[in-house]
Amino acid sequence: MIALDEIDRAILRALAEDATQSAGALGRKLGLSQPATWRRIKRLRDEGAIAGQRLDLDLAALGFGVTVFLGISLAAKGRVSLPDFERAVAAIPEVQTVQHVLGLYDYRLRVVARDLSDFERVWRRRIMTLPGVGGVDANVLLSEERLAGPL
Amino acid sequence: MLIDDSDRRLLRQLIATPEASTADVAARAGLTEATCWRRLERLRGAGILRGQRAVINWRALGYEVEVSLRITLDKTNPRAFDDFIAAARLVPEVLEIQTFLGRVDVRLNVIARDMAHYQQIYRDRILPLPHIADLEALMHLSDIKSAESLPL
Repeated sequence: MIALDEIDRAILRALAEDATQSAGALGRKLGLSQPATWRRIKRLRDEGAIAGQRLDLDLAALGFGVTVFLGISLAAKGRVSLPDFERAVAAIPEVQTVQHVLGLYDYRLRVVARDLSDFERVWRRRIMTLPGVGGVDANVLLSEERLAGPL
Repeated sequence: MLIDDSDRRLLRQLIATPEASTADVAARAGLTEATCWRRLERLRGAGILRGQRAVINWRALGYEVEVSLRITLDKTNPRAFDDFIAAARLVPEVLEIQTFLGRVDVRLNVIARDMAHYQQIYRDRILPLPHIADLEALMHLSDIKSAESLPL
């Protein structure tokens, strides 16, 4: 586990807002020199505190008006090959994220579509035909906010 | 603003490798660096590209437990959504708040250091949230796909 001090936390908070800012610009905000800021960012990356970057896109403006979360439970557990299911589901272009979960469902999927009829196409042709799919529960996303977390 | 095929290629490349330099992304999208830069500025200006965010690896920071809490609210109260969301925002371990049309009303993504810490958050911070009618938990085991790619 990586030990963080207050400055590390401030750097992570700032980069989670805008990952493109330079060490110099970030350092000025935090009252730190450019090299010192750069060294801290490098350490946070090297030690794995920063997993990567994510684009924040306006999906509706790009023509993806519908996001649906699916909870999928596999039929006949034990007889379905999890790797086969995972490979097939991860290959669907409209499926943005796949999480293996424990609880009411086995997998949680985030699916984008242009509109509801496009979603129906993805649902019928891609989701319901996956190997081993049992029950599927769908919830249409209305709003979403991501928070800074315990930093 | 209308986007064309070059924008789509550019966004596909950028989604695949957000950390790559503009020169690198331009080369892979078959654009010059100057064109690429101008198009990115235009996408930012139009609000389509809202930003690039660092993804925090919570596990590396000692948060081993991630739970998806699916919540049904008592919708007889007209302020149920607003009250609940305002209160949920104040819980530091809540990473995401999503609202839905369907069987579930709200979903919270919650992280905790371990199961004992999760139990403490659940009892002290989650259960007292207002207007909860029902609640179920999905324990996050692993990410199979997390790139948030788009069929552009």
